[in-house]
Amino acid sequence: MALDAEQGQLQAAPESFLPKDLVEDISRDGINPGRRSLLRGAFTAAAASLVAPALRADDDPDIVNLPSWTRSLGKPVVANPYGQPSPYEANIVRRQSPGLTRTDQSSVSFTPLQNLFGMITPSGLHFERHHQGWVDIDPRRHRLMINGLVDTPLVFTMEELLRMPSVSRIHFLECGANTGLEWGNVAVPTVQYSHGMLSASEFTGVPVSLLLERAGFDRQRATVLLAEGADGSSMTRTINLENALDDALVAYGQNGEMLRPENGYPLRLVVPGVQGVSWVKWLRRLEVGDKPWATKDEVAHYVDLMPDGTHRQYTSIQEAKSVITAPSGGQKLLKQGYYDITGLAWSGRGTVEKVEVSVDGGRNWRPTRLEGPILPKALTRFHYDWVWQGEVALLQSRVTDSTGYIQPSRAQLVDVRGTRSIYHNNAIQTWRVSADGEVQNVQLG
Amino acid sequence: MSSWGRAAAVGLCAMAMASWAAVLPEGLAELGRPATEGEVAAWDIDVRPDFVGLPPGSGDVWAGEEIWLAQCASCHGDFGDSNEIFAPLVLGNITEEDITAGRVASLTDPAVTRTTLMKVPTLSTLWDYIYRAMPWNAPKSLSPDEVYALVAYLLNLGYVVDDDFVLSDANMAETQARMPNRNGMSLNHGLWSVSGAPDVSGLACTADCDVAVNVTSSLPAYAMNAHGNLAEQVRDWGPYPGLWTERGRETTEEPEQLAAGGAVIEAVVAPEAALNAGGCSGCHQMAGQLVGPGFDAIRAKYAGQEHAAYLRDKIVNGGAGVWGSMPMPPMPAVEEDALQQIVAWLTAGEE
Repeated sequence: MALDAEQGQLQAAPESFLPKDLVEDISRDGINPGRRSLLRGAFTAAAASLVAPALRADDDPDIVNLPSWTRSLGKPVVANPYGQPSPYEANIVRRQSPGLTRTDQSSVSFTPLQNLFGMITPSGLHFERHHQGWVDIDPRRHRLMINGLVDTPLVFTMEELLRMPSVSRIHFLECGANTGLEWGNVAVPTVQYSHGMLSASEFTGVPVSLLLERAGFDRQRATVLLAEGADGSSMTRTINLENALDDALVAYGQNGEMLRPENGYPLRLVVPGVQGVSWVKWLRRLEVGDKPWATKDEVAHYVDLMPDGTHRQYTSIQEAKSVITAPSGGQKLLKQGYYDITGLAWSGRGTVEKVEVSVDGGRNWRPTRLEGPILPKALTRFHYDWVWQGEVALLQSRVTDSTGYIQPSRAQLVDVRGTRSIYHNNAIQTWRVSADGEVQNVQLG
Repeated sequence: MSSWGRAAAVGLCAMAMASWAAVLPEGLAELGRPATEGEVAAWDIDVRPDFVGLPPGSGDVWAGEEIWLAQCASCHGDFGDSNEIFAPLVLGNITEEDITAGRVASLTDPAVTRTTLMKVPTLSTLWDYIYRAMPWNAPKSLSPDEVYALVAYLLNLGYVVDDDFVLSDANMAETQARMPNRNGMSLNHGLWSVSGAPDVSGLACTADCDVAVNVTSSLPAYAMNAHGNLAEQVRDWGPYPGLWTERGRETTEEPEQLAAGGAVIEAVVAPEAALNAGGCSGCHQMAGQLVGPGFDAIRAKYAGQEHAAYLRDKIVNGGAGVWGSMPMPPMPAVEEDALQQIVAWLTAGEE
């Protein structure tokens, strides 16, 4: 290969500058901080040995000085048998809210919504909520039992469930307590913590209606299902039979692969539109019944305290809600000019009809462009073209769903429900952009 | 329960419209097999508010106290009032008037800490939950009689029953009729059914809307870093990098000794997988007291191989009185490999 004199002399690929034992260590164990600094030293040495090309004033050195990855042999296939994100994306992980819980087994980790695109959450970033830790279940030893008001109580193996007719559907999964920290006042800095108990996946599984048909359920008496997990907590929730027969699934697939253990491997209930706690993970049993069970998470938690001291019980449906994910709290606009304000909208009662954005705290609203496909009980992404000229702005989004329901302001919600109900906060979110571009979580009044 | 009746009626309507054909695909009826009676009995342990599913048995307050102190107090406190790990179960703030009315009056007072007993309307729930999920690190290890005794003790702490009370399957219903918040639940809302009516709806206004735009709440500057440095939680290239909220450090560069490639002493790494799998981290954290002492304190106290046998015994068989009043429960389920890793780490000493 002929070389222009200006480009300098061709050198051996940077790998050759690395000690052989270090290369082997990294291939085996990956890069840890110690190795990273060793690598950095090796690359510096390699760069120094190159003759630098002539760089004119308006030349971008990242173009003119060919980077190491353009002048070297890349890595082999199956270097990572299960692919991993780029090391440059290491900030974008699930995170806990410090002090929210005292044990990590009964706790929650939040999805980094601020840096995600589209309508699907990568499985490894799906938020976690466990009530008594998560478990690794051997699928060969897992069973699903269906009993209660049925002709014959049945037992299915995973092998049998995977043989049955399956469907794949995209749905959002939101914890009933999502945004629960924000009822009284602003409590968290970023959308990850304010709205990150929200994820969406393509779930694959067997319709509950088909399984109940197979078991011969009692159509005259049945009104509810009990779903029960196989983990230590054996989590139980009462499911409305209306939901169960309409679109609920006994799911094993998530985004094309099996469920992740943290999300219920090998089997979980999917109840579209209903809060996450009802999507029982590590599902072992469905019981058909004629009365609700009043389980622990239906009387002591997941009950919404009203100003008159009553608790709303069996609150299940996630009403329409939206949030701007970028720019959002804790981020900074580096320069003035064009920005694509983008975010997510969803409704547990149907599809997203429209999303509007306000940049002045709700005085004036403009329509947004919705990204398709717009699916029922799924996330819909919206976009709004915005030119920021350095003014203070109050960014909000407002969704209207297919039932005509309009997302309320925080003031409207608090007016009816007070500030102590913890669950089902679907208020309009406000992000304040300061004159120097800093974005902050605020509430208006 | 009228609104429940309505919800049930909606359910029945939906059933008539169920999307899946009533006729199963050919061959499908061969998938799945009948469950045996023993299998159903092993798994169907739920207890409903009408006590369907409740096993026979009984237990008294005194027996309950004994089991409580051994198996429950380490997380919930001797009197169920601890706020260390979980929200308090009882705080002695339920009145005779509450029990008579079946409504806990102080639920309207934001200054009063909400306890489990202030909320739960159904005694069946306490029984069901303790039987299926407690104790924390050994669920389903309690017998029905032990559960009756524990529920009796809890009710006694809440002044619902007297010291000499014996709870049994025979008096569950009449005891449930004394639950302090039995009339405190409402089904009068639209969030049970997908077709339910909303209680709040937003404005449709799109121009010159009459809304308040004063900022009434935001995070104070000192709290901006309470969740850690936001610059390290957001994609650090692209249009919206995160705000630098950590004080005292101006760059993301690695600490000096690492960047210089100098001698970095490999710290003994905590066997986190073993600690989690063994259930240790339910009660111990890396630094500082949780239920039990922090691992930092344990490692400082027991640095040195000579302590290995002692610590191993404490983990397997439990102990009490070394670090305070909370007993350490036996942890027989910790696997041998994990046990060795944990003991080696605990005795390795600081670097």
